Amino acid sequence: MSFPVLRERAEVADDTVSVTVPHPRRRRARRGGSPWVAAAFAAPLVIYLLVFYLWPLVRSIDLSIHDYTVRAFVQGDAAFVGLDNYIAVITSPTFLPALTNTTLFVAVSLVFQYAIGLGLAVFFRSHFPLSGVLRGLFLVPWLLPLIVSGSTWSWMMNSDNGIINSVLRAMGAAPINWLTSPDTAMTAVIIANIWLGIPFNLVILYSGLQNIPADLYEAASLDGAGSWRQFWSITFPLLRPVSAITLLLGLVYTLKVVDIIWIMTRGGPADTTTTLAIWSYREAFGTGQPDLSPAAAVGNILIVIALVFGFVYLRAQRRQENS
Amino acid sequence: MTVRRAWWKTGLGLVFTALMLFPVYWMLNVSFTKTSDLRLSPPHLFPIDPTLEGYTAVLGQQLPNLGTSLLIGLGCVALTVVIAAPAAYAVALLNLRGGRTLNFVLLVAQMIPAVVMAMGFYAIYARAGLLNSVPGLILADSTVAVPFAVLLFTAFMGGLPRELLQAARIDGAGAWRTFVSVVLPLSRNSVLTVALFAFLWAWSDFIFASTLARNSALKPITLGIYSYIGNNTTQWNAIMATAAVASIPAAILLVVAQRYVAAGVTAGAVKD
Repeated sequence: MSFPVLRERAEVADDTVSVTVPHPRRRRARRGGSPWVAAAFAAPLVIYLLVFYLWPLVRSIDLSIHDYTVRAFVQGDAAFVGLDNYIAVITSPTFLPALTNTTLFVAVSLVFQYAIGLGLAVFFRSHFPLSGVLRGLFLVPWLLPLIVSGSTWSWMMNSDNGIINSVLRAMGAAPINWLTSPDTAMTAVIIANIWLGIPFNLVILYSGLQNIPADLYEAASLDGAGSWRQFWSITFPLLRPVSAITLLLGLVYTLKVVDIIWIMTRGGPADTTTTLAIWSYREAFGTGQPDLSPAAAVGNILIVIALVFGFVYLRAQRRQENS
Repeated sequence: MTVRRAWWKTGLGLVFTALMLFPVYWMLNVSFTKTSDLRLSPPHLFPIDPTLEGYTAVLGQQLPNLGTSLLIGLGCVALTVVIAAPAAYAVALLNLRGGRTLNFVLLVAQMIPAVVMAMGFYAIYARAGLLNSVPGLILADSTVAVPFAVLLFTAFMGGLPRELLQAARIDGAGAWRTFVSVVLPLSRNSVLTVALFAFLWAWSDFIFASTLARNSALKPITLGIYSYIGNNTTQWNAIMATAAVASIPAAILLVVAQRYVAAGVTAGAVKD
């Protein structure tokens, strides 16, 4: 699931004024109030972060450097094995395919989500009757629980009774075993994931478009530039910072996707939809026997990858803020 | 000319929206289909001869799960607001030392994959006896909402008019009094936004539910649907009916609070 990250001053679409955040004053006047009062107000959050973020993370590192069998898990006497779990994971025959699948899943999803989202944002930029309502309806896929979307797509892609194959048959094409054939399973989950990500891209890119001054377009059309030319000469270049942020944020979120793939294929058939996140989930919880140590090792590798791109994102955003 | 062009765009917009929402329509269509018609090829495109079989099954089997999800969602909202709002007040208005660092930590926290958090929680809960419990799920689900909530509150409160706060101080109100009587009422919209998201995320959660409450007597609705898929693959009308019922909060949200939703998504990914 993707969710927004917040920065000072949210710029929102015209019909979303209510939560628009006014500009904070950069330099605050020193006001009274002891630092202890401030600390007291923040204390619950700090304790919360230590107990419910740091502790689980420390536990997952702890899991990955010990050999936790189910018995050791209960008794708490797992043997320390250092980096053995990491070595075992990286040299495992599942690792390279999982890495390739992750890359493929993320890259293809992002390209299509972004392209379709941008196309729709430009389309909705010009106001027409009902445009606000229709744009609102585009949020639906993003709001639905993933289990709902996942099971709906599964049924639509069902080999024998799915609507997609019915349409293919009606058009005289051969039906496709979307979720059960190793050749198409990845395509199938990517299609569902693109559908899920379009609202997020649309909303952010649309609000980015609102910040491009309208007189630029007026000047361009006076100079005789058509809408295609206007898009490539004005919209696309001026939207670049927002595009970068949208893509990087999408990347961090897509890396950790578990739900939709798990619900549709459980990483199968024959591991063709097993990404790193799915692999980790399956080792830990997908079978009757939780194998937490290797699962934690895979998960921690995933954290490192996510954080690398996360920092690139934070830098891109800071640069945009300073510009 | 311009008017005709605009309506032409509306037509195109309707087509796009219909394509985008087709899966949702299909879910509803299947949910009204008779079990005997599920395997028809080609399937009925419209719910001709609709049945409530699926919905009867939902009421019979999933009602407790819906209640559990409601409870978890509300608990998550309460916990998130109680933890996040005071902290944001400290960062935005009380010059908390290390406020910037805290913001950074929260941004990074949002990037940690839920799978890893689930494993950590599993290990902790197994010892603490919190597996398969509603409080355990509320705590785990809140980790998705809390960082977002603090960041949103901080941005909002940072923009409140200083004059009001100073007036409160001149009137002799302490920090706590100012927070409760001035800051919180003024932040109503942001509290609403946070509450909506916290509820929706908790309601929709699958990863924590499927890892921390696998053998729970009180299952959230997402697990109810999941075990449906696993157990009776023939009753897709019941699965889709449950899915439709599970989508009700999202539908309410969209109708009642669309502007807050859009604001929450955009909040900050973009700066002017």
